[in-house]
Amino acid sequence: MKQKLVVIGAGMASGRMLETIFDAGGNFDVTLFNAEPRGNYNRLMLSPVLSGEKTYAQIVTHDADWYAAHGVDCRFGEPVVKIDRENRVVYSNAGGVPYDALVIATGSAPFIVPVPGKDLPGVVAYRDLEDTNAMISASAPGAKAVVIGGGLLGLEAAAGMAARGAEVTVIHLMGHLMERQLDPAAGYLLQKDLESRGIRIHCKGATKAILGTDRVEAVLLEDGTVYPADLVCMAVGIRPEVRLANDAHLEVGRGITVNDQMRTSDPAIFALGECVEHDKQLFGLVAPLYDQAKVLAATLLGQDVAFRPVQTATKLKVTGVDLFSAADFAEAPGREDIVFRDPGRGVYKRLILEGDRLLGAVMYGDTADGSWFFDLIKQGKDITDLRDTLIFGPAFAGGASANPLAAVAALPPEAEICGCNGVCKGKILTAIEGGANTLDMVRSATKASASCGTCTGLVEQVMALTLGDGFTANANPPMCKCTDHTHEDVRRLIKSMGLKSIPAVMQELGWKTVGGCASCRPALNYYLIADWPTEYADDRQSRFVNERNHGNIQKDGTYSVVPRMWGGVTTPAELRAIADAADRYAVPMVKVTGGQRIDLLGVKKEDLPAIWSDLNAAGMVSGHAYAKGLRTVKTCVGTEFCRFGTQDSTGLGIKLEKLLWGSWTPAKVKLGVSGCPRNCAEATCKDIGVVCVDSGYEISVAGAAGMDVRETEFLCKVTTEAEVMEVIAAFTQLYRENARYLHRIYKWVAKVGLDWCRTQVEDEVIRRALYDRFMLSQSVYQIDPWAEHAAKPADWAPVADLTIRAAE
Amino acid sequence: MTQFIDIAALDDIPPQGARVVKTPVGCIAVFRTADDQLFALDDRCPHKGGPLSEGIVHGTSVTCPLHAWVFDLNTGQAQGADDGQVRTYAVRSEAGRVLLDAAFLARRSAA
Repeated sequence: MKQKLVVIGAGMASGRMLETIFDAGGNFDVTLFNAEPRGNYNRLMLSPVLSGEKTYAQIVTHDADWYAAHGVDCRFGEPVVKIDRENRVVYSNAGGVPYDALVIATGSAPFIVPVPGKDLPGVVAYRDLEDTNAMISASAPGAKAVVIGGGLLGLEAAAGMAARGAEVTVIHLMGHLMERQLDPAAGYLLQKDLESRGIRIHCKGATKAILGTDRVEAVLLEDGTVYPADLVCMAVGIRPEVRLANDAHLEVGRGITVNDQMRTSDPAIFALGECVEHDKQLFGLVAPLYDQAKVLAATLLGQDVAFRPVQTATKLKVTGVDLFSAADFAEAPGREDIVFRDPGRGVYKRLILEGDRLLGAVMYGDTADGSWFFDLIKQGKDITDLRDTLIFGPAFAGGASANPLAAVAALPPEAEICGCNGVCKGKILTAIEGGANTLDMVRSATKASASCGTCTGLVEQVMALTLGDGFTANANPPMCKCTDHTHEDVRRLIKSMGLKSIPAVMQELGWKTVGGCASCRPALNYYLIADWPTEYADDRQSRFVNERNHGNIQKDGTYSVVPRMWGGVTTPAELRAIADAADRYAVPMVKVTGGQRIDLLGVKKEDLPAIWSDLNAAGMVSGHAYAKGLRTVKTCVGTEFCRFGTQDSTGLGIKLEKLLWGSWTPAKVKLGVSGCPRNCAEATCKDIGVVCVDSGYEISVAGAAGMDVRETEFLCKVTTEAEVMEVIAAFTQLYRENARYLHRIYKWVAKVGLDWCRTQVEDEVIRRALYDRFMLSQSVYQIDPWAEHAAKPADWAPVADLTIRAAE
Repeated sequence: MTQFIDIAALDDIPPQGARVVKTPVGCIAVFRTADDQLFALDDRCPHKGGPLSEGIVHGTSVTCPLHAWVFDLNTGQAQGADDGQVRTYAVRSEAGRVLLDAAFLARRSAA
């Protein structure tokens, strides 16, 4: 008969325990309760979700299919209210579930500073997805956020919100940041780094009260300082969540007391994770929790294993901040330091020695040798012979050359690479020998870099060393060969560091080439235009030829001329002007485009100003048929003429085109407006589509009809034309501010998730702010390029003609 | 023998840009880098004839607008995996003017 296993809490520790049990073929009927309305996800990755580098979908560890495949009865969103130990039944408000074995994995609760105002709306902790979403929606550019607590969690929250454009202040009680992991010198470098990203740091700051009437408005400190705040994040610490265990009269100290087998004072009840106390110790980092999960799984499977906590090292998951701290770094009699400083590069390394052993390490700015030092600490190795060059790491310890891979090559097989999952180098090597030749395969074989991901680079280096040329790291490649930063990093740093010119970006982010290349320059020019519309001046020389010359270059070096035809509607006068221009400049081909306008193909560059001057005179402007920008709004005839039309789709299309034209976007944007669900304007394969119905307008996005073909996905439904315009302008702005250059809307939406886009445009405040920023940008960029260029025809012709001179 | 002739004002060429000079032997692209160095090359990519004068200028290189071949402006040599070379011409600036070596024209007329 199957044993009944009930688990309270679907966190990372209990999730790992269940995985281990199922992998070992354990035969249990599992019921899994979770107070949060969802299953197990990787909480370590909430920081990348907050900063926008990942979406919730990307950090789910166990999805519904996984639970179903293992027959787990999921009770998500159903908190347990009571444990009846006598009859071995667990109760939620929906009723009781009997157990043979019970696992309490309730984790921890945030510590809330007991000050007036702590319960005001707008005060959040940083524990789960709800908190993260609250911070995301409060982090619009210009919003003010205060983080109380300058530890790991608080700083990740601060950096995430700052990356989204919020003005962030961190209040920290102690004299320097992360005082439990860092000494004052490294704390100072960290503070300087964060301040340079626009985060204000207030150390030795004690919170006196949170001010506000209906919701939080400001934070008041004991020294009288007041920081205005739209959101306050309390990240001062956590305490084990032990209420259920207390009520059940289990033995509880600071956490639920467990023995080496993770058993509580009741032999049928076990506990693991942040809620337990083992040998008077509490646990907050993931590595020991995963060890507990393995031990408890073994215990439940009838094996005899004991939990032995190991030392752990810490890294901060903030892009661009390199920080490492391991073991004991306090000063004490008999201890000696080896210190290395390079202030110019912001590098600080400190090793703490006692006798002939390495006790601890703190590194900032250059942490490449972290695992090597950590290994020396854990092994308690005699370092007498290495001491002279110890601080320079493994590259010098053996006299080997300073090759970037040398540090990793020097690691012994038992050296730990992935701290979260306790994976050593040897295990990765075994997996590679077993045929794992991609990062994903190594991940699924060993779990290395599968949790917080900060060791991904190390894992890739081990792979590069073993596989040689057969391996190319491609997790998220750098923008181009000029930089090691990804597009996402560059976009974020442009905003957080306030970089407002291409030279500033290249200088501050350490570009490796002079003047970039043809790939990064247009991307940077776009990012700067999108982020600083009123401060940055468009750099024409960083534009690809089509956008520089406002025409599509053809294979023979001629250009195409496409005047805008609003919503695909034209007049006899416009058609005459187009016909005259085609005659006058001997245009070889006149063609109707797929976007409902007319293309004049084969125009010579020097004729462009004149032909556009003629078209301008007839009231026509550039159709931007060449642009990473708004192209066309395709329409059907709608209620004006069609017997099926439900709304004036033609009129709405014209209004949309007049609203959006001239805007620069990461890649081209095409719209369609259909007057009824028969969809004659093919709106549902456009980047943004509107389908009119009797009761209003259905807006859908992320369609494509190019190399990929896909149908749009429903975004929202509105009832008036004004709402259509506001939603679409806001959505376009969201795309402009967040997508990677050259990613069409459908690619970007696949990355960030349509749900996130919807929460942004459905929130009235956020939508309005997006709309306002879009209109601000339009006030600068909604101009016909030919109004300026047509006046200077000389710039478009050869600068000199030596054929005449030769003829003389 | 070099024979420099005045073709334009330096300001006629945008920094990190180029202008075209028409000659009896085809167009020549005169490039100006961000730090005001001048280079002159045939305005014709050896790959498919793309106008190099319309490429993005970065450092002392230009990327062809048609298929992204990259050329070193000093030598006219294609970079990376691509194989090809563009003819280069001597060019210099003097008192805000751009002077191009037109010896190739003289040779032509002598012939």
